[in-house]
Amino acid sequence: MFKRLFSLEWKSFFRSASVGKSIGLKILMGFLALYFTAAFLLFGIGLYPLLQEYFPKEEPLMLVNRFVLVWLTLELSYRFLLQNLPILDIKPLMLLPIKRRNVVNFVLCKSLYSFFNFLPLLIIIPFGIYNIYKHTFSTVSIIGWMVSMIFLTLTINFANFIIKKKFTDNIKALLPIVGIIAALAILDYFKIFESSIWFGKGLNEILQQPWLAIIPMLIFIFFYKWNQKDLENKFYLDASLKEEVKDANTKEFLWTKRFGDLAPYLQQDLKLIWRNKRPKTTIYLSIIFLAYGLIFYTNDSYAEMPAFYIFAGIFITGIFMINFGQFIPAWDAGYFPLIMAQNIPLKRYLTAKAGLITVSVVILAILATPYVYFGWRILMVNMVCAVYNIGINIPILLYSGSFNRKRIDLDKSPIMNYQGTGAAQWIVGLPLMVMPVLIFWIFYKFISFESGLTVLLVMGILGLLLRNKAISYIALRYKRNKYAMIEGFKQSGQ
Amino acid sequence: MITATNLSKVYNGVTVLHMEHLDIPNGQSMGLVGNNGAGKTTFFSMLLDLIQPTTGNIFNNEITVSQSEDWKTFTSSFIDESFLIGYLTPEEYFYFIGDLRKQNKADVDALLATFEDFFHGEILGRRKYLRDLSKGNQKKVGIVAALIGNPKVIILDEPFANLDPTTQIRLKKIIKDLTAQKETTILISSHDLIHITEVCERIVVLDRGELVKDIITSAATLAELETYFSRDLATEQ
Repeated sequence: MFKRLFSLEWKSFFRSASVGKSIGLKILMGFLALYFTAAFLLFGIGLYPLLQEYFPKEEPLMLVNRFVLVWLTLELSYRFLLQNLPILDIKPLMLLPIKRRNVVNFVLCKSLYSFFNFLPLLIIIPFGIYNIYKHTFSTVSIIGWMVSMIFLTLTINFANFIIKKKFTDNIKALLPIVGIIAALAILDYFKIFESSIWFGKGLNEILQQPWLAIIPMLIFIFFYKWNQKDLENKFYLDASLKEEVKDANTKEFLWTKRFGDLAPYLQQDLKLIWRNKRPKTTIYLSIIFLAYGLIFYTNDSYAEMPAFYIFAGIFITGIFMINFGQFIPAWDAGYFPLIMAQNIPLKRYLTAKAGLITVSVVILAILATPYVYFGWRILMVNMVCAVYNIGINIPILLYSGSFNRKRIDLDKSPIMNYQGTGAAQWIVGLPLMVMPVLIFWIFYKFISFESGLTVLLVMGILGLLLRNKAISYIALRYKRNKYAMIEGFKQSGQ
Repeated sequence: MITATNLSKVYNGVTVLHMEHLDIPNGQSMGLVGNNGAGKTTFFSMLLDLIQPTTGNIFNNEITVSQSEDWKTFTSSFIDESFLIGYLTPEEYFYFIGDLRKQNKADVDALLATFEDFFHGEILGRRKYLRDLSKGNQKKVGIVAALIGNPKVIILDEPFANLDPTTQIRLKKIIKDLTAQKETTILISSHDLIHITEVCERIVVLDRGELVKDIITSAATLAELETYFSRDLATEQ
């Protein structure tokens, strides 16, 4: 039975998600995976000699033990953010004559084959082997330690699911727990009550008496059983398998009314952004990236290379433009036939999108004014970049949008989500970011700082004046590509 | 008048629709029937310029649908759930469609009021997004949205499917009321022969992309269609 479930899993992997992904994306993901693997492995191998060199008086293994609790806490928090139990997949299996326990076990065991569980092994095993090789403790002790560590990691794996299930409905209920962890961390930091040391002492005990490794194993089994019970009890459509229905938020964005003809479209887009997970993160990202300038402005080495200020300026004022604009019109993929069949002239559709992005650039430019602290030049650069973004980059993004063929499911989690990413997204980055920097650099190099800014400003204003024409042309491209878009947006999967 | 001439659609060498000529006069209600794969949705999609015909053209009131967007002002449609915006409440969706069709809030409210019993208290004021409604209720929203703004041409793909019996009967009444005025051209597809012969003045039967029957509905039409669709059974016996 397990074998059959496994083969289902195999097919679902190869027939959906990865197949649709473009080669470029696969290579990128491959590189990322390889990078993390290599980084962890190197760390695992290098840990022992490094510790020995920097803390010659201490036993590396005991030193490591002291930090295990901190590591486990960190691991729990990033798993909480990134890892999900793929519980919805079992829905089609409910009707089939498969024992409930088998399905539940399958889902749980499947979660063990996660990259998150693989990475810690890359540290634990090389470090353990190094210790065996160095004869710091008896081989049995170290094997006991390794086993304990592996089971602790796996415990985190299952503890995460329990925590997630308890708190996804009510994220605020998590605050007391976060508070307790923070309090423990503070007590630890000020050496009032050092829980991490106590935990480390516990692990040291395992080195003395390897049979104590049974304790992490028991904890692991406890969490596994807890998950198993929990899932078995919720093996009903109306319990955990159902996606929850939230009360609708009926914010109206009435202020958009002043935009006349475009008002319904703007309202529509604001609701799109406000009510769906993935577009909503573009807002948070924009705010976080406002701080991006600090990296450049505080570092004197960039003062001689003002072209980097242009880069920062384009980025700061245009981060929403880039994040939101690159997936136009894929955001509307779920109802694209409606957009195409309703009384929506393509030109007005595009004008509205351009309008929304323009507003965002203006807002970000205003929010970026405090950077005047680093000098008037910075403020000027940012303002000019904002104009350039509005005049030149918005049409470029809309144009590149006519190459979008990949659907975006609005409600999927935005973290590590590359859905909708295709070649267009990678290629458009070049003219968007590199072109203004290059133009500025040429004028800066051969004439002056001011001339470079003036050229960008004039280009931006020209683009703004010609926007109507540009959008008419882009609308024609959309019209020509619309059949392919409709077809592409219909394909689900990545 | 909607005219299709020399219309065909070919996917990978397989012809899924082939129509020499089809005229649908203004104000007519036409029903499209045919088994799965007959080409009903393909025809509607081409009429809405959602897919490109391999050969031929469709004219919607003298406008070539693939050339100009002007037909969109007087044509409305509901094909499937991709015509719904999941993250809007039904009201917001109706107002959005109303905005697009130059109807203000009061116009839309007035129209919605006439559909109160059709909605059966399950649509309006429930503070739910469209994506959280049941399939049947989603369909109700889509159908009513297609009636906003006095469109001259209405296209509904299988409007009866997924609806509960009461709603089916109410929908029949709505369509009959519309056709009685002879101002709106209505195109409906359905697998339910009884419903479609009841509401449509004309029935067109498609079979694997070919137009095989074109009947003005009469008392004998239902029997004729039933005989036609059970012909395979008859030959087997």
